Amino acid sequence: MSNAPVDKGRRRFLTVATGVVGGAGAVGVAVPFIASWNPSARAKNAGAPVEVNIAKAEPGQMIRVKWRGKPVWVVRRSTEMLDGLKTHEDRLRDPNSEEPQQPSYAANEYRSIKKEFFVAVGICTHLGCSPSYLPKEMEEHVEGVESGFFCPCHGSTYDIAGRVFQGVPAPLNLVVPPHYYVDDNTILVGEDKGQA
Amino acid sequence: MANKFVEWIDARIPMTKTWNIHLAQYPAPKNFNFWYLFGVLAMLVLVNQILTGVWLTMNYVPSAEGAFASVEYIMRDVEYGWLLRYMHSTGASAFFIVVYLHMFRGMLYGSYQKPRELLWLFGMFIFLVLMAEAFMGYLLPWGQMSYWGAQVIISLFGAIPVIGDDLTLWIRGDYVISGATLNRFFALHVIALPLVLVILVFLHIIALHEVGSNNPDGVPIKKPKGSVPDEEKPKFKFHERFTKKYDIVDAIPFYPYYIVKDLVGIGIFLFLFCYVIFFMPEMGGFFLEPPNFEPANPLKTPEHIAPVWYFTPFYAILRAVPDKLFGVILMFASIVLLALLPWLDRGRVRSIRYRSVLHKLNLAVFSVSFLVLGYLGTQPATPTATVFAQIFTFLYFAFFVLLFFYSKREKTKPVPERVTS
Repeated sequence: MSNAPVDKGRRRFLTVATGVVGGAGAVGVAVPFIASWNPSARAKNAGAPVEVNIAKAEPGQMIRVKWRGKPVWVVRRSTEMLDGLKTHEDRLRDPNSEEPQQPSYAANEYRSIKKEFFVAVGICTHLGCSPSYLPKEMEEHVEGVESGFFCPCHGSTYDIAGRVFQGVPAPLNLVVPPHYYVDDNTILVGEDKGQA
Repeated sequence: MANKFVEWIDARIPMTKTWNIHLAQYPAPKNFNFWYLFGVLAMLVLVNQILTGVWLTMNYVPSAEGAFASVEYIMRDVEYGWLLRYMHSTGASAFFIVVYLHMFRGMLYGSYQKPRELLWLFGMFIFLVLMAEAFMGYLLPWGQMSYWGAQVIISLFGAIPVIGDDLTLWIRGDYVISGATLNRFFALHVIALPLVLVILVFLHIIALHEVGSNNPDGVPIKKPKGSVPDEEKPKFKFHERFTKKYDIVDAIPFYPYYIVKDLVGIGIFLFLFCYVIFFMPEMGGFFLEPPNFEPANPLKTPEHIAPVWYFTPFYAILRAVPDKLFGVILMFASIVLLALLPWLDRGRVRSIRYRSVLHKLNLAVFSVSFLVLGYLGTQPATPTATVFAQIFTFLYFAFFVLLFFYSKREKTKPVPERVTS
């Protein structure tokens, strides 16, 4: 054993340097553990678009399809439903669809390409439940509004264009997914027009 | 022969010493009442959960395709599978019943006060891990409630600004709840969280045995060394670790006295536990909810979804707020405030027996609020129910605010020198 006096500065430097290198190593080791929780390549590839045949939809009828594991609704709206949209705009959070919850081609007063057909992801913007479609019974939840969507989980309400009412937990309008009309009877959900 | 063997062990690991310090010569206050059963019951339920849980994994299939069917297989085709599963599912609810009563005991007798702050914090961490454990376990049967319950709870994290959406994606491992989510929850539920839970329970007990148990009078049983005449000391031998610095009064050794007392409590508990397992394992839809007997369907939320009963008080708070982020903040705050009790309560008197009428009222209102919120959380979100939830959420939080202000100058009754019997 050497009897040389301890160089405290050098000792502290070596302690700190060892700590920093070890810490960097620990962060590096954490990377694969954390990153492995991200969606796998297979999960990322599973998002193929789906076709919806709307030829047989009656006014007031809803068609449900599954896209990327989520429910997507296609509602054929009746004329009364469309006319009703203007009556309650002062009670909506975002009546003019200013938040980016829809592609630009659906950022209009009906939130759709053709005003008759409303296409939306059927997931409440609050905590992700799937709201119920109420073609006639919406009056129970919002006065003076006949048709819309009601989320059973936390009571959020949307009108028949998926616009959220004020005073409910949901902050945003329902999401309109990218979609386009392949022909008069078919909608393709999951892609914008002209996209490969 | 037996002595030789014990000596051989003791020379290599402190077996007898540990037995004496923590059981045979551990001084426990002599005035424990009914409320002091729930700690040992929680340990019993933990053992039940680990044992039945390990056996369930032997037949459970953790995949979106196989999970629901494998649970039905366990229920119908595996010998005694139904019993193992009902022991596990009833055990989950029993765990929360005894833990809530155990926590309430701490609030009644001020057991969180100095010097037991860390003990209380370990307990709160156990509560948090238990909630995570129960939540992840509930996804595994892959029924309708499993699916949509998990969807709602994971979406809570989406309320966090900026990183929220990426965080929920990372937790799910997919764009929706899927087999990826199920598999990771399975791994956490059966390995990671139980390990953490057992370690925390160990720390909880070590912390308890360092400071000693509180008691219904909230009066310390450790007196300054040399202040107690010999004839007033209990006629038991306590380990010198406890008697070296203090004179111990009004105590009895944990073993055999409290072990025997606890065995009676365990017996009564097992009667009730078995009654539920054999005659009402679904507990009228509270322990196992009816929609969970349908396989998960990502396209359709059940008409009325509610979490299992033990989450409903916090769920009602979340629902009472008509704002996503603020609702989530308030829900987490309701748990954080409980953890902060040792610092929010600035009083010096521990037990409710000697505290002011105001404190008794405050605690009563808090308990009622907790129960009412629990009930409201199971009910559909009607406008009337929401108003009630808002009132009782306010009262829940008022408990902590009021406590902080009055506890500093509270009019308390005189506290006795020694525990009463």
